[in-house]
Amino acid sequence: MSKTYETVIGLEVHVELNTKTKIFCGCSTAFGGDVNTHTCPVCTGMPGSLPVLNKAVVEKAMAVGIATNCKITQNCKFDRKNYFYPDNPQNYQISQLYYPICRDGYVEIEVDGRKKQVRIHEIHMEEDAGKLVHDPVTDSSLVDFNRSGVPLIEIVSEPDMRSAEEVIAYLDKLRLIIQYLGASDCKLNEGSMRADVNLSVREVGASEFGTRTEMKNLNSFKAIARAIENEKERQIDLIESGEQVVQETRRWDDTKEYSYAMRSKEDAQDYRYFPDPDLVPIIIGDDWLADVKKRQPELRDEKRIRYKEEYDIPEYDIDIITNSKRMADIFEAAIAEGAAPKKVSNWLMVETMRLMKETDTEADDLAFDAKHLAKLIDMVDKKEINGTVAKEVFEEIFKNNAEPAAYVEAHGLKTVNDTGALTETIEKIVAANPKSVEDYKSGKEKAIGFLVGQTMKEMKGKADPGEVNRILKEILSK
Amino acid sequence: MSLMAMTACELGEKIKSKEISVREAVTASLDAIEERDKDLNCFVTVTAGKALSDADEVQKKIDAGELTGPLAGVPVAIKDNMCTKGVLTTCSSKILSNFVPTYTSFAVEQLEAAGAVMVGKTNMDEFAMGSTTETSYYGITKNPWDTTRVPGGSSGGSAAAVAAEEVPYALGSDTGGSIRQPAGFCGVTGIKPTYGRVSRYGLIAYGSSLDQIGPIAKDVRDTAAVLDIISRYDSKDSTSYANAAEDFSSALTGDVAGLRIGIPTDYLAEGVDPDVRNAILAAAEEFKAKGATVSEFALGMVEYAIPAYYIIASAEASSNLERFDGVKYGYRTAEYRDLHNMYKKTRSEGFGAEVKRRIMLGSFVLSSGYYDAYYVKALKTKALIKKAFDDAFEKYDVILGPVAPTTALKQGESLSDPIKMYLGDIYTVSVNLAGLPGISIPCGSDSAGLPIGLQLLGQTFHEKDILRAAYAYQKDHKYARPAFLSKDGKEGA
Repeated sequence: MSKTYETVIGLEVHVELNTKTKIFCGCSTAFGGDVNTHTCPVCTGMPGSLPVLNKAVVEKAMAVGIATNCKITQNCKFDRKNYFYPDNPQNYQISQLYYPICRDGYVEIEVDGRKKQVRIHEIHMEEDAGKLVHDPVTDSSLVDFNRSGVPLIEIVSEPDMRSAEEVIAYLDKLRLIIQYLGASDCKLNEGSMRADVNLSVREVGASEFGTRTEMKNLNSFKAIARAIENEKERQIDLIESGEQVVQETRRWDDTKEYSYAMRSKEDAQDYRYFPDPDLVPIIIGDDWLADVKKRQPELRDEKRIRYKEEYDIPEYDIDIITNSKRMADIFEAAIAEGAAPKKVSNWLMVETMRLMKETDTEADDLAFDAKHLAKLIDMVDKKEINGTVAKEVFEEIFKNNAEPAAYVEAHGLKTVNDTGALTETIEKIVAANPKSVEDYKSGKEKAIGFLVGQTMKEMKGKADPGEVNRILKEILSK
Repeated sequence: MSLMAMTACELGEKIKSKEISVREAVTASLDAIEERDKDLNCFVTVTAGKALSDADEVQKKIDAGELTGPLAGVPVAIKDNMCTKGVLTTCSSKILSNFVPTYTSFAVEQLEAAGAVMVGKTNMDEFAMGSTTETSYYGITKNPWDTTRVPGGSSGGSAAAVAAEEVPYALGSDTGGSIRQPAGFCGVTGIKPTYGRVSRYGLIAYGSSLDQIGPIAKDVRDTAAVLDIISRYDSKDSTSYANAAEDFSSALTGDVAGLRIGIPTDYLAEGVDPDVRNAILAAAEEFKAKGATVSEFALGMVEYAIPAYYIIASAEASSNLERFDGVKYGYRTAEYRDLHNMYKKTRSEGFGAEVKRRIMLGSFVLSSGYYDAYYVKALKTKALIKKAFDDAFEKYDVILGPVAPTTALKQGESLSDPIKMYLGDIYTVSVNLAGLPGISIPCGSDSAGLPIGLQLLGQTFHEKDILRAAYAYQKDHKYARPAFLSKDGKEGA
């Protein structure tokens, strides 16, 4: 007789902050430089080098804390986490254990229309490690320290989630908050957002938590969902067969859809944390805190309310548009250029979504200028181009960030508004298609569609279909 | 008078007045090293070629009027735990036996900008852990006063090089007495500035919250002149003091009238060599005669300083020395099976016994379950020691006492008994725990003819008080040279 189980999940989320320079030195954080070019004595752990805190990191961490309803620790400190690994040049990581910058926050998530709070235990700042590269030719490992010292925040939740859906909703919430704050691009697949899942199961109604495992190497929302399902089943199977869940860290292999134990609690290292004597306490005065609060941008939830009030567009559209800061930025910028909100929303909801699907593009990666979209809408409004041409031009805007007016000019796509020429063409079409003319005159209204189509074809699409219709009807009624 | 018998400022004046060239001064230093260092072993590395070419560069700048400071062209020796670009920097350890830094430490940069010419890197206790300069991988340094004795440590190479007149002055570093105690044992002057006064950027860390760079020279004037140069705010060191730059030389008035001097009775209790005690009390009488008020008081907390110091310094050291792992630079063991084995063998072979002892001690006190009992308690003790000094400085401007309970020890005497060596630091370590400035000046000699060191302590960032007192005392005492220099006819003063 099988029992009913509940999954209890807490998350540790690492987010790479997008400051220009590293957390403790002036080196660039830019991704993709030549190996060991964004380095200096500090981020390579040279003897005698000393860390100096980048204030921008503190401000971004504070911003995330404020947006997630945390208390800001106004007198916080950095600690050293000691462990040996070659990607860790000092063999200690500068992190925060005793006085993390943010504590006791929460975010609200919504799954299947049910709202729920996920509490945040703490957010702390720390430095990223370098990257190991294995050279199969020489069978040796090399270290690239470009990433060493890139600032991270770790957001630690309480074990408040009960399903993969809630986990995804929570991660999505964090992603949006942080993207809206401009603190990180939060890309799971590129590693600027990384989530470790702590999971345990217990019988429904039990008051104690079960033994938990920590799952690492989760590189997409899909992988997270699969790993959670898999680990939940694994733990239930163990319990059902009378075995014990071992507290351990496991690594998820998404291609094999399987996890394996990396290390158990018994081999857990003693990190010998202690306050880093090279860094002074960070005193966040009331003024500084108020200043950061004042500079908080509008977040998604606030935008949703405002869009509804100001723009009168469907809630569904608002959800889609605000689901990406990039898309919301395009939306607002196009409106600022004078385009009608409903029209911008239509272009985003229909053509943009279609092309995103076709080209496998994420909303965050939309590369076109909003002003081009606004210009396109303006040209359609002024009947300089018709709807069909507009779609063609938009594809160019989407793919190549083309300037619409120049593109239309270069490709001769402007609508012909010369009534004389149009009438001439229509008369030619009417003369060439007596059958359709007869059909129309005998009451088959639909026949006019064929004649419009033939005219548009003759005009190479550059006519205004409304105008063609009007002139046709005029000629046919003679 | 030989060039190396002069003080740094005297030599600087002769260079400035073109009586001698920078090359002559540097050559005199290199010759003295050549002649005496085989026996004394003050240096790990002598940079003769670089020094001579630097000398010519500095001479050009002096001639062009670009360098006008008091130490322009004067040779200097640098303790081997300060990074020097392109010059081997070993910390007297095997693990850094091949380490050539890519950058120069802030303090050395300041000296170079003022026209100092480095002649080499001085020997020390490995990673500055020791009070005798016997834990160096590159052999012991001998005391110029008696070559069967230690020069003190850990800046023993710097102190002995100055006492042996191989260089006019040197930089040392002081974590628990490593400038003051060897200065005392070698009969020269050394100052540990307030924590934060001199940037630690480029100083290979031992105990980061305690380490401080400072000068060792023949007299107070020289040390003040060096401090004038190296004390600067440095944005690369988070613990650097914003108002670090000051005119220290202006404090050398020769007048101590009205200065309130306190002598902790705890410093002259049992365990102090009677000759040392008498010399200190005699010095106190002199200060009184010069118009200072001198009174004894109980400082307190003295017995807790040693354990607190060894817990904090070792804890920080255990973490600071983790980077020496054979991966990026320095020594790597010849053969290994895997990463873990490489770490283990590299560090087992690369570090000496005293360093390993402190890494183990430090790792232990930071371990989960012991952290609160040891490390946190030591930090509380540190705060109480600071408080005891703060209270004392309500009543006194300067605290006077011995640098060490004894004069220079015989070689091998303390190495066999680490606890005894640790106890020798009793008057110096609390100063680092409290972050205070302290100066060590010679005040006579014991029955064996060995120099006795007098220590003057000041309030945080009040170096001027102790410089003033030290100078007033020193101006009425002739500088004593080690016997072998005085006997040597051509070196005679």
